[in-house]
Amino acid sequence: MCASPYYRMQLMICAGTGCMASGSLEVKAALQKELTKRNLQDDVQIIMTGCNGFCAMGPLVVAYPDGIFYNQVKPEHAPLIVEEHVLKGRIVKELLFKEPVAKDQVPLIKDIGFFGRQRLIVLRNRGLIDAENIDEYIARDGYSALGKVLEEMTPEEVIEEVKKSGLRGRGGGGFPTGLKWEECRKYNNFPKYTICNGDEGDPGAFMDRSVMEGDPHSVLEGMAISGYAIGAHKGYIYVRAEYPLAIKRLQKAINDAREYGLLGTDILGKGFDFDIEIYPGAGAFVCGESTALMFSIEGKRGMPRIKPPRSAEAGLWNKPTNLNNVETFANIPPIILNGGDWFASIGTEGSKGTKVFALTGAVNNVGLVEVPMGTTLKELIFEIGGGIPKKRKFKAAQIGGPSGGCIPLGMEDVEIDYESLIGVGAMMGSGGVVVMDEMTCMVDTARFFTGFCVDESCGKCIPCREGLKVMYDKLTDICEGRGQEGDVEFLIELGHHINSTSHCGLGKSAANPVLSTIRYFRHEYDAHIRDKHCDALVCPNLIDFVVIEDKCKMCGLCHKNCPSNAIIWEKKTVARIDLEKCTKCRTCITNCRFHAIR
Amino acid sequence: MPKISIQDLKKIKEKERARMVLREGEYRAKITVHMGTCGIAAGAREIMTYFRDRIGQENLTDVILTNSGCAGLCAKEPMITVELADAAPVKYVLLDKEKAQRIFDEHVLAGKPVEDYALARGSETRAT
Repeated sequence: MCASPYYRMQLMICAGTGCMASGSLEVKAALQKELTKRNLQDDVQIIMTGCNGFCAMGPLVVAYPDGIFYNQVKPEHAPLIVEEHVLKGRIVKELLFKEPVAKDQVPLIKDIGFFGRQRLIVLRNRGLIDAENIDEYIARDGYSALGKVLEEMTPEEVIEEVKKSGLRGRGGGGFPTGLKWEECRKYNNFPKYTICNGDEGDPGAFMDRSVMEGDPHSVLEGMAISGYAIGAHKGYIYVRAEYPLAIKRLQKAINDAREYGLLGTDILGKGFDFDIEIYPGAGAFVCGESTALMFSIEGKRGMPRIKPPRSAEAGLWNKPTNLNNVETFANIPPIILNGGDWFASIGTEGSKGTKVFALTGAVNNVGLVEVPMGTTLKELIFEIGGGIPKKRKFKAAQIGGPSGGCIPLGMEDVEIDYESLIGVGAMMGSGGVVVMDEMTCMVDTARFFTGFCVDESCGKCIPCREGLKVMYDKLTDICEGRGQEGDVEFLIELGHHINSTSHCGLGKSAANPVLSTIRYFRHEYDAHIRDKHCDALVCPNLIDFVVIEDKCKMCGLCHKNCPSNAIIWEKKTVARIDLEKCTKCRTCITNCRFHAIR
Repeated sequence: MPKISIQDLKKIKEKERARMVLREGEYRAKITVHMGTCGIAAGAREIMTYFRDRIGQENLTDVILTNSGCAGLCAKEPMITVELADAAPVKYVLLDKEKAQRIFDEHVLAGKPVEDYALARGSETRAT
């Protein structure tokens, strides 16, 4: 060892019996040799120490001043330690001590952004129970809310508890559930009905399907409680036929509940009769509207009627009827068990509890999330959703499906509750959130949602039936390069007419996607109309299909992916597009990583 | 099944709860395949079949194989949850048959979670 009194670094090598036996002397010799080779013997001191107590992982080397603990060091590691740790100051990760118990390498679920920020009330049983096993539902407090209601509470007390909870309809409108039940209870006209609306039709929404598939008994229990509260003995679940798994599992759940006497006559021996029937719908969007839905169950054409009378007074077969959404019903058992005050303690001033959202589109964690009301859109998309894939930029989120509106970049701090969403021109809807990145053209998006509404309009009101078609054609013109000055003003005027003169919720909100994209992305409409340019490179007629030479990195990806051999490229040359062969399929644009084609 | 009373409801709950948390010593492991529409579309049935065959081949009587609905993270289906007695459940994502084989051999049989495919451990809500 050298005599220099000041060392930059010390390597403490364990010379306990254990480490000596596993070869610490050889390690010492190798390290010394390596240090001398690089003329570092005066900078680094090697010290042999007594037993560290961790003999199983020897030979041990502790590097000071940092106190880095290397284990199972072999002589052949000496060059690595000297090169990396001593010279470059980098820790040699492969020699670090690892917890032998592998489970610590797997992060805790609460530390994963996607799961950690969620609060599960509606989805309380997700992933935990077998949907087709009633006993597993019972094991997680299933049907104990129904038991509590039948044993201890009057229907009025049930309604009071639901009112206290502040629960509002999760189908989109947000009408207070307790008030709806109270209204329905008032009428002395029997039989009464309670209906579960499972006609989930918004593009990109799948919350209700997941609840019906994953936890069908929670819906049945909520319905039975509502039946008790309003005085109904019969319930219907209206679910679209496109949800075969949901129908199958609901039917199994109904059968099992009947066998246990949790549906049928004299439920739990408490003298209350209630049974449920599934009514599969044919998948018309308008049948999610309450009166159209009821006509559909009656076997008539699904078309909304004029209110009043409200369904609570004269609904299905002109009898008092309560209609709630799947998610609303699934909230009822926990409210009864934990109390309305508990539920009201979650969420914001006007919107209590949690909301389930279906996150789709340009977001990493596509999936189903349940968060407290008041969570910001930013948290929803970036912390839970994991942000936008491919390092692209967030542009907007469409909330509330074809009846909702978009929320643009810069407004993502909006808190999600019924009122604040309406304030920014969107709506809660049933909870579909479609995330859009910079590769999305807002005019094209508006055209998509308008096209959906054109298909789904029932045809009863002229503004919706004809107006939407005119709107759709105008949007198509703009997307295909035939837009003219004044088109945007025309769309705004027509949109307001459609919204204010249609009869039902579908028509009243059908122009929202157009109006809200104009509100926040007017410049894109103008670019389409005036410059015949689609900035997001989505509308094929408004793209030049030329390679920008400065931006082209000559990688050839466009050439390799072009299905019609329209791209001329060789190594180290800028690509060129043969417009004769080009079919404007946009494959080159989606493959180019440098935005070099416009 | 007979018609039940509120007392029976409690009995079923206690009995089933014991089975679900693997405390009674009767079962050593539980594999839950998440079979919502998203999971099935991504290939959950194949995973389910694989585990069923393996449990049959190995003649295991202490492993519960069950299914459940969507686990929420539809982008990463097929997903499963593997829970061993006295250990936190581990969620696995983006599975195929080969990965299922490793998980069965290393985690279910040998008790060591397969870090490479694991997303997280623990439950979102309390276990019972």
